[in-house]
Amino acid sequence: MAKRFWNEYQKEIADDHYFYERSCIRQTFFPGSETAFLRILREELGKDIKDEMNQHTCTGIGYHSDVVPFETTMVIVARLFALMTEDGYENYVPSCVTSFGIFNEMVETWKEQPELLEKTRKILKETTGRTFEIPKNIAHPSDIIFKNRFKLKEKMKYQLINRRTGKPLKVVEHIGCHYAKIFPSKGIGNAEFPYVLAGMIEAWGGEVIDYPERRHCCGFGFRQYLVQANRGYSVANTKKKFESMEPYEPDFIVTNCPGCSMFLDKWQYTIAEIENKTYDKAGYGIPVLTYEEMAGILLGYDPWELGLQLHQVQCEPLLDKIGIAYNPNEKYTGKDGKMLPTPEHPQNLKV
Amino acid sequence: MKPFGFKIATTHTIIVDDKPLDTLSPISGQVPTFRRCMNCGGCTATCSAAHFTQFNIRKIHNLYRWHQIELPKKELEKCMLCGKCTLVCPRDVNLRSLIIYMRRNIDALKKKEEGEQ
Amino acid sequence: MDTPKQHIVVIGGGPAGIVAAAQLAKTHRVTLLEKNDKLCNNITNKFKLFPNFADADETAAELIATTKNENITVNTSAEVTKINRADNKWEVTTDKDTITADAVVIATGYDIFDAHRKEELGYGIYPGIITSLELEQMMKSGNVVTRFGDKPRRITFLQCVGSRDAKIGNHYCSKLCCVTAVKQAIELRKISPETEVFLFYMDLRMWGQGFEELYRQSQEEHNVHFVRGRISEAASTYDGRIQIKAEDTLIGQPLKMNTDFLVLMVGMEPSCGTKNLSQQCNISGDYGFAASKTPHLLDQTTEQPGIFLAGSCKRPYTLSDTINDAYAAAAATERYLNEKA
Repeated sequence: MAKRFWNEYQKEIADDHYFYERSCIRQTFFPGSETAFLRILREELGKDIKDEMNQHTCTGIGYHSDVVPFETTMVIVARLFALMTEDGYENYVPSCVTSFGIFNEMVETWKEQPELLEKTRKILKETTGRTFEIPKNIAHPSDIIFKNRFKLKEKMKYQLINRRTGKPLKVVEHIGCHYAKIFPSKGIGNAEFPYVLAGMIEAWGGEVIDYPERRHCCGFGFRQYLVQANRGYSVANTKKKFESMEPYEPDFIVTNCPGCSMFLDKWQYTIAEIENKTYDKAGYGIPVLTYEEMAGILLGYDPWELGLQLHQVQCEPLLDKIGIAYNPNEKYTGKDGKMLPTPEHPQNLKV
Repeated sequence: MKPFGFKIATTHTIIVDDKPLDTLSPISGQVPTFRRCMNCGGCTATCSAAHFTQFNIRKIHNLYRWHQIELPKKELEKCMLCGKCTLVCPRDVNLRSLIIYMRRNIDALKKKEEGEQ
Repeated sequence: MDTPKQHIVVIGGGPAGIVAAAQLAKTHRVTLLEKNDKLCNNITNKFKLFPNFADADETAAELIATTKNENITVNTSAEVTKINRADNKWEVTTDKDTITADAVVIATGYDIFDAHRKEELGYGIYPGIITSLELEQMMKSGNVVTRFGDKPRRITFLQCVGSRDAKIGNHYCSKLCCVTAVKQAIELRKISPETEVFLFYMDLRMWGQGFEELYRQSQEEHNVHFVRGRISEAASTYDGRIQIKAEDTLIGQPLKMNTDFLVLMVGMEPSCGTKNLSQQCNISGDYGFAASKTPHLLDQTTEQPGIFLAGSCKRPYTLSDTINDAYAAAAATERYLNEKA
């Protein structure tokens, strides 16, 4: 890899005893990812991580859509920190990149304007009776996986290598704007050439594709998709990225952020419906995985338990490329043994 | 197709062609003084049309330079060819001639497009 | 002619140091110290000089010839590590020896901005993104071809890389990049007429004699395309060219285009020697440049008696500025020595 200015920079990532905060939307769209992360930390790495029952939204989507005012967000964030403090933890790990951005933004705001911190403490105390400490360390789950990528590699059953050709899989990575663009030093490798996912891909045998629109937004954009009439802007952004990555023929996309996973996956269906266009040669679309799913399949976790069947672009061609065993008959078998409803076939995107 | 309730937006970004600008339009050969414009805006400041409409000759010829012809085609009709812009230009760009050539080139291009369809 | 009575150490063998040394050697003994193995590196690494396209090597040779003087001792590969006051004199220590001087002229000059620091511009990451100095050397070797061995179809310049940039901490204008780019654009069009040349700028500062004319000439005779706007991102395309993003601020629209070379017009920063010596002498000024007493009347004098400044160790200077300033520095030194005697 070329010499990059931020190559040497490593942000501080706590080593153990994490307080985990779940994402509002990931549990719906990528339901196996968070469970996989907890399993990786506990079973593969032997770490202590608290999955708190009483947690709630960070207000991220509301905040970025101008629905929730800044003051409210500060207090909501303070309540989450209070839960962490009450549980006896100091290292905060938000599952979602938007949350990660929110927490860093609030903490940095309080550093710059201590009177806002005092005001927040006062309101939280008055309304809930709670007090809180600011976390010693805020790390995104991908930071922790990145930090342990070589340890995990030792336990992996598979590599990001095409079984048939023996060549590394070509992977597009997308870290999400709020991971490093708000506070570049809070991200691994800074904002222009972030290394958090790229480091995992390289460590696990794959090849990172550096395409011209790599640094461009996925199109999530909050307001751009919340209002139906605006969604044309959202999908246009995603399309711009697909057009730019298409010639490199990526085997899959790996994402850091719930919104990016969602839109890079689902807009492929929308574009296929509207323009009858897919960005792979075979017409199946480019699979989109979260980093937990990527780690999970390489560790040999069951793809259906990871929830890969709930993605828009289906993962079987990718699993076959890596040589991962799976049972096609169990694809739509639910956790309780009953069959899940099978999705309709789209008109243009092959499944 | 499913009714999505929206269309995929088209880009506002000018995508500059890989071909040289002069290959795409002969304007800098037709009006060589055009090359030396330094975008002072003196032409627009004195333009009669600019005082009553959105016509901005400085902006229009910059758009034209990048081969953005839709807006110039519409806007150039507003010019009354009085020549005051040419009179005030400190770099002595022959704007009057530039306007006439831009109109001609755009018309020819449009005719060609129609012929192809 | 009187026997040379006093000894002056001139630190830095660029144009400022050479002119000051040659001037002072008329009445004094001068030791000229240069850390590199030859003099005038920052001239000989150029091809032609603005505004008249003078040959850089010939200009350097003429300058260097003036050091062939029995009163001047030239020590190359001698880097000054320490400088300290001893009685009424200064002790200048290099990696070889220590020299005592009645006065010292600091002429340690500039370095170019390290373009790696603007990571979004992809320097050192994508081949095809080069500094203005690298382009200069490419033109000097007469070999302007892409890494695929083709004549470039398009070359794009970007001004103010490392200058006028709060993120980098350099608020100042480096002053000569504007005209350098125009000069290089003209040379390029002469060497390779089929190459289309774009130049992205925020302001064009054509302040010097002949600069504005050069700008006009580049448009009129060489059809160089000027675009007002700053390139904010560069990336590699699938076929190994460079994709850039900028706004044409004169029409208010973003644009994207591909180019074979992106030339970063890197600004001037104080050299390591300038930073170290001005710190040691307590005359460190803004951005690590050396500070003179006052910008008008005492611009070659410092707060330290017997230490004088010449050239771009103070601020970005053109070659003409540097040479004029070196004469002034020699005069200030002479005046000090006369008063001391």
